[in-house]
Amino acid sequence: MPAERMLPTTEAEDLLSLVREICQQELAPHASNWEAESRFPREAFRVLGKSGLLGLPYPERWGGGEQPYEVYLQVLEEIAASWLTVAEGMSVHVMSCYALATFGTEQQRESWLPDMIGGELLGAYALSEPQAGSDPAGMTTRAVREGEDYVVNGTKAWITHAGVADFYTMMTKTGEDEVSCLLVPGNSEGLSAAPRERTMGLTSSPVAQLRLEGLRVPVGRRIGEEGSGLRIALSALDSGRLGIAACAVGLAQAALDEAVRYAKERKQFGKPIIQFQGMEFLLADMAAAVESARATYLEAARRRDRGLPFSRQASIAKLVATDAAMKVTTDAVQVLGGAGYTRDFPVERYMREAKVLQIFEGTNQIQRMVIARQLAR
Amino acid sequence: MNIVVLVKQVPDTYSERKLADADHTLDRDSADAVLDEINERAVEEALQLQATHGGEVTVVCVGPDRATDAIRKALSMGADKAVHVSDAALHGSDAIATAKVLAKAVGTVEGVDLVLAGNEATDGRVGALPAMVAELLGLPALTHARKVEVDGSTVKVERETDEGVFFLEASLPAVISVNEKINEPRYPSFKGIMAAKKKPVSTLAIGDLGVDAGEVGLGGSWTQVTEAAPKPPRAAGQRVEDEGDGGVKVAEYLVGQKLI
Repeated sequence: MPAERMLPTTEAEDLLSLVREICQQELAPHASNWEAESRFPREAFRVLGKSGLLGLPYPERWGGGEQPYEVYLQVLEEIAASWLTVAEGMSVHVMSCYALATFGTEQQRESWLPDMIGGELLGAYALSEPQAGSDPAGMTTRAVREGEDYVVNGTKAWITHAGVADFYTMMTKTGEDEVSCLLVPGNSEGLSAAPRERTMGLTSSPVAQLRLEGLRVPVGRRIGEEGSGLRIALSALDSGRLGIAACAVGLAQAALDEAVRYAKERKQFGKPIIQFQGMEFLLADMAAAVESARATYLEAARRRDRGLPFSRQASIAKLVATDAAMKVTTDAVQVLGGAGYTRDFPVERYMREAKVLQIFEGTNQIQRMVIARQLAR
Repeated sequence: MNIVVLVKQVPDTYSERKLADADHTLDRDSADAVLDEINERAVEEALQLQATHGGEVTVVCVGPDRATDAIRKALSMGADKAVHVSDAALHGSDAIATAKVLAKAVGTVEGVDLVLAGNEATDGRVGALPAMVAELLGLPALTHARKVEVDGSTVKVERETDEGVFFLEASLPAVISVNEKINEPRYPSFKGIMAAKKKPVSTLAIGDLGVDAGEVGLGGSWTQVTEAAPKPPRAAGQRVEDEGDGGVKVAEYLVGQKLI
């Protein structure tokens, strides 16, 4: 049963129907096989791009859809319900355009942004390093100015779309305590991807370290002032967290739908197992978790759309939605019993995929820290 | 070249479809309504012809108020404008009554060179409507097209049926119905969705077309559904126990059914 939504406009309703159609035709039929084969669905992003879905929250003047986060996130949620790798990739792409869209000069935006959000290109976001995860200020990647170029050396880690991205929004030190943001073309010399990480879930999504060896980046590709990189990175975090919250709700909805479908069909003791109270309570709790998580991220999104502070709400949404996804996917395996534990059904994959949602875009421990620090103010 | 595309909103084939108990017309509340897939192909073909030959693409639809959703889909794919005939008097109209209204509605569009339609709707499956509209408009009918080519004032069509392929030619204006092989319809883009809400849709009642209420609806139709029964579920098959001679038993059964 598709999620029941209250959308603000007719065009948002038409947009969601279009997204459901694309999901049904282009994504859902391939997700299980491609995940099993660890194949990256680059073409799927082109289909989304062609329909204008890769730049939804950005202004129309740059070719974006100028949609509120309330709508963009529900699109993301629908895609996540069909194929999390694609939704997560879309969220990463949208966040990788954020620095330029928000902090770039007029000329920089005019030069690059329409192509970046136009649908043909795919972006990546390079902040983490092997020794700098939750603590990004501890990064050691260093850019040294040589004439009109920066020369960058170091290693970035956990980069979604490493090696396949057309551009990287990259944070690097440009001084002892100074981080700057560079927009790096994907085919630059001196930039290479290490072999892919062998991940527990999201196996279609290429994640790898990025080696930067004498990478030359023109100074004109620096976004914002020298030294403003960490501020840029931190300002994008809240929006990125909302993206992951929406992805988590989509995944949980998919797990719930599969569990309900199975519980209606599977008969024991002469009746469908959905009629046993043990199942009823399990499924009801799953539905409550999905719908309350959706309400939580939408509340944060509406605050963002109205220009209100939403940092605490974004952390709460990320925490609540991803913990809900972990619980709901785990319980979906329980509902399907032995069948759920096999790879013939998608719920074991959903359960593996849910785990990473509690880890990336700020671990759920970091989210609690953000929430608690706001309470202590 | 100005093209009219006839489109219909139908119950989604994915949902459970049924007829109303009272008058055996479609129970519209029981199923999600969508633009018929074959119509998406007709719209796609019109847009491709427009890309080569220019002109305007107008969508014409006869259906209740909620058919605006199907019309908007066609507009968001790229059609320029629409004519929507909606009138309570149309409830229960059969194919001929509907064709009369469609022909009049096509008449409100200026300078029509080509009328495109799907060859058969997924709900009623009468499959004769394009030919009826052609007859009423006095235009050549080229049906079941898998390929359409326009050259000046003539149109060439590959007409495909179970028997084979016919190569047809007619002078414009003409009516063409397309089959599933004609093309792969595009997805609308978000820009298309945004543009669609600003495109003109002229909503007409049958009075605006000079059609009398007595000619349409359940009362004005020549045919009426008097009873309907869903297809019975497939009966259980015959079970063969394999005691080393399973293959022989299966073969005997097939011979008995004159299948081998």
